[in-house]
Amino acid sequence: MLSIAIFLPVIAAAALLGFPKDRPQLARWTAVAVSLVPLGIIIAAWTMFKGGPGFELVESAPWITSIGVTYQVGVDGLSLPLLAMTALLFTLSMVFPADLRGKARQYYAAFLFLETASLGLFFALDLILFFVFFDLSLVGMYFLIAIWGHGDAQRSALKFFLYTLVGSLALLLGILGIYLNTSPRTFDMIEIIRTQPLPAAGLASTLIFWAIAIGFAIKAPLVPFHTWLPPAHVDAPAPASTILAGVLLKMGTYGFIRVLLQMMPGTFDRFALPLGIIAVVSIVYGALVAMAQTNLKRLIAYTSVNHMGYVILGVSVGAAFVGSDAARSLALTGATVEMVAHGLITGSMFLLSGSILARGHTYEMGEFGGLASRAPALTGAMMLAAFASLGLPGLAGFVAEFQIFAGTLGVFPWLAAIGLLGIVVTAALFLRMLQQVFLGPLPERWTGWTDLGWSEMVALTPALVLVVVIGVAPAWLVNVVNAFSRAVVGG
Amino acid sequence: MVRFLGDVLPELTLALGAIAIIFVALFTPRRFQAWIGAFAVAILAAAGFFAGQDLAGPSRLTFFDTLAIDGVGRWATLVLIVVTIFTVALSVEWFRSDARHGEYYAILLFGTLGAVLLAGASSLMEFIVAMLLSSVTGFTLAAFHRRSRNSSEAGMKYFLLGALANGTALYGVGFLFGLGGTTTLTGLRTGLVGADPLALIVGFGLVMIGVAFKLGAVPVHPWVPDVAEGAPAPVAPFLMIVGKVGAFVFLARLVMVIPDTALGWRPLTAILAAATMTLGNLAALWQTDVRRLLGWSAVSQAGYGLLAIVALGRSDLAIPSLLMFLVAYALATLAVFGVVVQLRGLTDRESYRGLAGPHPWLAAALAIGFLSFVGIPPLGGFAAKLLLMGAVIDAGYTWLAVVTVINSVISLFYYLRIIAPAYVDKHLAAQPVLDWRSGATVVVTAAGVILVGVIAQPLIGAWQLVHLLPG
Repeated sequence: MLSIAIFLPVIAAAALLGFPKDRPQLARWTAVAVSLVPLGIIIAAWTMFKGGPGFELVESAPWITSIGVTYQVGVDGLSLPLLAMTALLFTLSMVFPADLRGKARQYYAAFLFLETASLGLFFALDLILFFVFFDLSLVGMYFLIAIWGHGDAQRSALKFFLYTLVGSLALLLGILGIYLNTSPRTFDMIEIIRTQPLPAAGLASTLIFWAIAIGFAIKAPLVPFHTWLPPAHVDAPAPASTILAGVLLKMGTYGFIRVLLQMMPGTFDRFALPLGIIAVVSIVYGALVAMAQTNLKRLIAYTSVNHMGYVILGVSVGAAFVGSDAARSLALTGATVEMVAHGLITGSMFLLSGSILARGHTYEMGEFGGLASRAPALTGAMMLAAFASLGLPGLAGFVAEFQIFAGTLGVFPWLAAIGLLGIVVTAALFLRMLQQVFLGPLPERWTGWTDLGWSEMVALTPALVLVVVIGVAPAWLVNVVNAFSRAVVGG
Repeated sequence: MVRFLGDVLPELTLALGAIAIIFVALFTPRRFQAWIGAFAVAILAAAGFFAGQDLAGPSRLTFFDTLAIDGVGRWATLVLIVVTIFTVALSVEWFRSDARHGEYYAILLFGTLGAVLLAGASSLMEFIVAMLLSSVTGFTLAAFHRRSRNSSEAGMKYFLLGALANGTALYGVGFLFGLGGTTTLTGLRTGLVGADPLALIVGFGLVMIGVAFKLGAVPVHPWVPDVAEGAPAPVAPFLMIVGKVGAFVFLARLVMVIPDTALGWRPLTAILAAATMTLGNLAALWQTDVRRLLGWSAVSQAGYGLLAIVALGRSDLAIPSLLMFLVAYALATLAVFGVVVQLRGLTDRESYRGLAGPHPWLAAALAIGFLSFVGIPPLGGFAAKLLLMGAVIDAGYTWLAVVTVINSVISLFYYLRIIAPAYVDKHLAAQPVLDWRSGATVVVTAAGVILVGVIAQPLIGAWQLVHLLPG
């Protein structure tokens, strides 16, 4: 069943290429309909999920058995929320209108291809399978940016591909390192997590840890490996930005938990503090640089650097062998919830920035003002997303950040103190952005500004409703994640 | 002597077949000569059938220990035969109006025979004979369009460098013969024990020059871009591939009999690998001629393949990684050069802009071939790189894996300089294409690149069991 969720989109992508050329709406709604299937399957998997410490609904088939590669997929409390978020975001991004450049079939085929890669990655329980999907996501996103992007799209796409390929190859070296230390040799993630083949100390473990950590840090991205992100976001089409921020960045943070924390916890403990410090630098630096932006999309892009910093901070706290287990598992749960929350919140914000670009043909915030009077729905949606992003209680971001910081206080109190600065700066920059774009006098040229269309509404509503639901009643999500966090760190 | 003939049925078939083609071509009117292509394919299929039979049989040395009949050699033979069949498919239409259309196939088959013998050589003299047969046919093929300035120039450069490299290798053979007292590899295995390490490495280094020439590796690589650019388009992939297949297998046999000392063949090969891939990639970066770019990329690929040699004897992944590399490299090279042939030799980078519009299949094949060269999963090149890097890390050469990673990233840059405009830019005019045979070659080999990556198990499973004599 899970395999259908993974491969149906790519099969549909191939079929889509054979569609008639002049029916863009047909391609669009076919793609949306197809993407509802994985979403349904994942919701079904959620209802079947028992919440145990291990992997459930595992499907496995021999693949390259002679070197220990198996086709193996399954879910647990970490992957399930991410999968649900991923499947939802793909549907919403395809509902959202886009500038298709007369290549509708190819555009939606690329999206569906990318959906297979993204879902496959979070489902994968074999390191090679994981890596295959990791790399395929690069290829899919590269073409989405290069062909349907704007500005200097080719250059940004190339930069994105090159940077993250460096990361993925470092990751591959690390994966090979883990593989060569298993006996009998295997890439089976369940088996590696169970047997813990790598010792906590030693040069080999250290090298493998950092190879993988750099791979995921580039993808996440963590300062100083974030430089590919702003141009890629600014030049990507809005729905692709949503996927890039909402889903692709999570591959990095998910990897930190799944591979580094679960497969080599002893080694992670040794480097938990340094990584926590890098995370805090990302938080503060990301927020400050976002503050300095005049380009709306760059601003949102830099807040992603800041938010991924929160996630890695939570993971590092979860990995440190100091402090109480309760605090550590709280931080790890918070990190996972933050991944979901950020996907929904920032995903929506990128869609909204796409709406603004489609109407105003620029991202420069100085060009706007007073849009609230012309577009109440657009304004309301952006305000909700911005408040959620800056961590207002009652919204999804707060639930996540509260848990991360509460956990961090119990383990590295001074890191939490510095990290909180990030929240203050984020609050300031979002308020300023709202004020610049939506409040104040309306410039003459925007008097004809239109509010959100129906398909934009349809795309945004589910994500924003979920942001509120998670903020108000987070138990259904937090409990699932908690089962996982407790199993990993105890407590 | 006669009792050995059963051991070399594939070689015999190729040799007799090539001779038969010369006679047929002499007496056939030119307008029927395209059929000689079909005849050549039949000969190749027969040779392939005999080689396939050997896969099940026992590994053995034959002709007084000068030829090895083993799994690795026979797999290489099969790869060579398949490559030649595809080369024929690319050639029929291309050479249709050539006055020497029929003889062309005879030379092609002799070239294949040279590479097959190289892959089976288990004696230094046999190595020299195979090298010369493979080289001489190669020079001829590169310069086959004798009225084309590029073609003649490619043949000339190829020849001059080849003469130098072959001479050097002969010198090295003399050295090793002097040290070990014999030219058979089985004899050298015992004969070289206790030899002066410095003399040993000099002798090995000199032979290595000859091998590196066939591989297209540093320092005797400069012929590769020239041949890729100047040789007749269907011949170029053949020359990039067959030398590598033959020489890699011979090199694997050779290093296994050279004592593994501190200053031995392993570090030397590792340095050569690093230098080859780095130079090839850096030189390819700013090429504006697609065929030259492919030539430099072939140089860098030779460097990746050398990883398998470095790991030989220290990792069980070495032999599967070598064969996987050769298969993936051969298929991807045929696919991308097949695109060039199908576009009637189109080579300017600018002419590939917007290719995906009028020719979606060709653009897809180009992208698949290139991404396989980079090592993007799940293509064949990824499986190859996975095994190669696993093998060298296993062998204690992690730094070489890191160098490979850096090189893969560099290579992505120049491949994308072709792929990106092909997909992103507005297309100019549809380019005229050659014929269905080369079109089919492109599609089949590109599909093969995907297939060997996705369903690698039967191949890797088979290669883990094969023997390498004397090893």
